[in-house]
Amino acid sequence: MLEFQASLRRGAFELDVQFAAPSPGVTALFGRSGSGKSTVVAVLAGLLGAERGRFAVKGHVLFDVAAGIHVPAEERAIACVFQDARLFPHLNVLGNLRYGLRRVRGRAAPISEREIVELLGLGPMLHRRVHELSGGEKQRVSLGRALLAQPRLLLLDEPLASLDAARREEVLPYLERLRDEVRIPIVYVSHAFDEVLRLAEHVVLLEQGKVLAYGSVAQICLEPALHAIVGEGVMGSVLEGNVAEYDAAEGLATVKCGELNLRVAVAAAPRERLRIFVPAGDVVMALGEVKGVSTRNVLPVEIVRLEPLEGSVLLHLRTGGRALLARVTHSAVRELRLAEGVHCFALVKAVAAQGRRFERRAERVAGG
Amino acid sequence: MSALNLSPNEWQAFRLSLDVAARSVIFSLPVAIAVAWVLARRRFLGRTFVDVFVHLPLVLPPVVVGYFLLLLFGIRGPIGGWLKHTFDMQLVFTTAGAALATAVMSFPLVVRAIRLSIENIDPGLDEAARTLGARTMDRFFSLTLPLMAPGILVGAVVAFSASLGEFGAVITFASSIPGETQTLPLALYAALQIPNGEAAAARLAALSVGLGLAGLLTSEWIARALRRRLGR
Repeated sequence: MLEFQASLRRGAFELDVQFAAPSPGVTALFGRSGSGKSTVVAVLAGLLGAERGRFAVKGHVLFDVAAGIHVPAEERAIACVFQDARLFPHLNVLGNLRYGLRRVRGRAAPISEREIVELLGLGPMLHRRVHELSGGEKQRVSLGRALLAQPRLLLLDEPLASLDAARREEVLPYLERLRDEVRIPIVYVSHAFDEVLRLAEHVVLLEQGKVLAYGSVAQICLEPALHAIVGEGVMGSVLEGNVAEYDAAEGLATVKCGELNLRVAVAAAPRERLRIFVPAGDVVMALGEVKGVSTRNVLPVEIVRLEPLEGSVLLHLRTGGRALLARVTHSAVRELRLAEGVHCFALVKAVAAQGRRFERRAERVAGG
Repeated sequence: MSALNLSPNEWQAFRLSLDVAARSVIFSLPVAIAVAWVLARRRFLGRTFVDVFVHLPLVLPPVVVGYFLLLLFGIRGPIGGWLKHTFDMQLVFTTAGAALATAVMSFPLVVRAIRLSIENIDPGLDEAARTLGARTMDRFFSLTLPLMAPGILVGAVVAFSASLGEFGAVITFASSIPGETQTLPLALYAALQIPNGEAAAARLAALSVGLGLAGLLTSEWIARALRRRLGR
């Protein structure tokens, strides 16, 4: 468990942030640039002091202003991966990886060099100079260096922001493996919500130095405060459940999310845990149970709330005890008389719903 | 050297020059590293004054620098008097004094080279090292110093070469005593003052040109090799 509360003032900028994060687990700090994400990271890492507040990881107090405790950055065992990797140019990859490991100073060191090299696929580059690496490779080395410092908390400060789309896709699977296999709490800072959807379990939504909302990814996806920040492309709902059945011939998985059975076009193994993202713009509303449509999911829903956006309306729906979002036009709302309490049907295409494996595996890399 | 047919006196001036230049670099390097680091990384009141003061020898006539050194380090000067009284150490008219004079003259060059190399270091690397558990002195030796190395080496070579050629400050402060303070340029000047000294002067001039070229080429070669290593 990570408990963080801090407030400070820097010029005109005021930060007042409080959140708790589970351990192990990935907590995303999400917000626009200038919302205070990097300031929170600097305070977490100990590179910046808070004026008021308290911060503890698993009972270790790292600062408590009222009690006069301030553990300096170099004693905190909180490792950081920065947007610009910050590898040491005078050392090769191996020298970088070992920099933190050599300074563990008596703490337990359960994360071994061999595990990290394997986890991040660093084997072939160990003896290369860092300026010969691609952007994606640099970030992998930076991740390895941070993990080998045996941190009690890992901070990832926009690790993908300076990479192009192809390099991002190259690094993301490693971050997913890390999330699933390392038993260290991770704070992941991002301004790209698709990364948050793929990696995080909890989200702290920041705006102008304040926490607008905090909760699980599924909860945050329903927040109007989020919809004010993100583009319409990443508005949607998150459903998590286990694969009940997988039809390999059809390439169709049936995922049980509570009472809801959702059919998703994704390769999966039975009983595997999936996170499914249903983009709000891909949900079709129908007043009656329609026949003869290609949509694999026709779900009976109740409209809970209408959230007007610019040029469209976001419908908050309830089905089988789960929440679903649908984005429709104002004219559709008028013509279909969609209103709170109306019972109707939501059509979700199996190919539109994006399913990804999301589960903590038997923990190979101990840590923590 | 035999090709140049150096006389024992000229040979002595050559060795003395190397000795003075080496001592001068050894004196000035630690101080230059500290001053360069402070000027590059710290913001404090009077920083501009320190910056200007360090660069003064570049713009002052060397004789003026020698004169001030006499005032400060002369036997009756505030520092020289104290050195004489406490350690029985005299700088005026000694090899150490010649080294001090050349060190002061070449100091701005060393500071400039080192400072440039510090300013090229991303301060973010220092933060990264902190989050990885490196304390202040540890970071200086494991990170800052290796990254400054190109600047330090280039600065040292440039200072060494420049020290070989320093004339005005040395002759003013340490005089021109053969075997003690008469370095190559001083010996060359002395040779020109005596009848039939032209041949000796030419040999000493050729020697100076050779040393200067060797110094500049070495510094260029070191800088390139180190830059390649750091991928810049």
